[in-house]
Amino acid sequence: MPVKDVGLVDQGVVNPVEPFLRSDRMPHIWCPGCGIGTTVNCFARALIESKIDLQSLALVSGIGCTGRVAGYVKLDSFHTTHGRAIPFATGLKLANPKLNVVVYSGDGDLSAIGGNHLIHAARRNIDLKVICVNNLIYAMTGGQTAPTTPGHATTSTNPYGTFEPAFNLPHLVEAAGAVYVARWTTFHVRQLARSIGEAFQKKGFSFIEVISPCPTLYQRRNKMGDGLDTMKYYKEQSKTRHGAPTSEVGLTLKGEIIVGKFVDRDRPDYQTMMRAQYVEALGERFVEAPEMVCS
Amino acid sequence: MAKGNVHIVVERCKACGFCVEFCPTKVLALSSVFNSKGYHPPHVVNPEKCSGCDLCGMYCPDFAIYGTRVVPVRGEK
Repeated sequence: MPVKDVGLVDQGVVNPVEPFLRSDRMPHIWCPGCGIGTTVNCFARALIESKIDLQSLALVSGIGCTGRVAGYVKLDSFHTTHGRAIPFATGLKLANPKLNVVVYSGDGDLSAIGGNHLIHAARRNIDLKVICVNNLIYAMTGGQTAPTTPGHATTSTNPYGTFEPAFNLPHLVEAAGAVYVARWTTFHVRQLARSIGEAFQKKGFSFIEVISPCPTLYQRRNKMGDGLDTMKYYKEQSKTRHGAPTSEVGLTLKGEIIVGKFVDRDRPDYQTMMRAQYVEALGERFVEAPEMVCS
Repeated sequence: MAKGNVHIVVERCKACGFCVEFCPTKVLALSSVFNSKGYHPPHVVNPEKCSGCDLCGMYCPDFAIYGTRVVPVRGEK
């Protein structure tokens, strides 16, 4: 049966994600079966649902496969230097506090090269929405062991298996002080979209980890099949446990994946604390910062 | 009467099979034809079963498929 190419507009309707994409840059570089595109879908759906003004939204990415998101979305976006997505985003947020700043990057960029920035942004509780696409490996550079690679996994730098203990990212950012911590896989599309929408309602450091397949490097080397097999594995092996203690949600090579919303709490954010401190210390001498006007 | 329609952008597809596997009503199957990159895009095999839930659109990592609901014409059951 022949398949008709319907183009981008079919029967007068267009893909709901299309307004958020730079269509001229498609097709993207992500491999067949990679989950990053799925997370972009969920992000676009969350933007539609939460009715956020796109003029007041900025997306910041670092380097890596997920870092490419900044180049593919039709939003104000920065593709920053390696690991420095959070510092750039912090600067954006401090200069223009009304901006909704989203950091969209991978596990290597956020937790390894930019690991220091991640924990300190969480400690300061800067009002950022961090979406961390975790494919458990350094994918763009050829499948080296990352801080998130679970034990016994085979990578290009550990051909006899990884022996280093891995980071448990939800536990790390919770301990550092994040106000919203959730984890989903690329199989949980509706839950992920809802979670991103919830993070937009929170004031403070929100962290959403998305477990995503890397069929070319991680799954292939570990004999875990292709992207579709990994999605089936996520479907079978993931257990939703909202509010689970984050110390118990570490990942293993082929074991259970605990997903859900782990932390949802309130703490004063960086700018609230800064203002309160200055008001207390300066009293009447305190002058409100002028509102930033972009012309 | 189908409640929804599936729209496929054949040239963007990389044949990962997510839409075929996770369609709740099994509307889709991978076809035998090739697109210009050499992948087999999906095609609709059960059009009347489509509910227009757009789950295929949420799963598709290549933004190549989406579902829409059919707005019922007034008076029609």
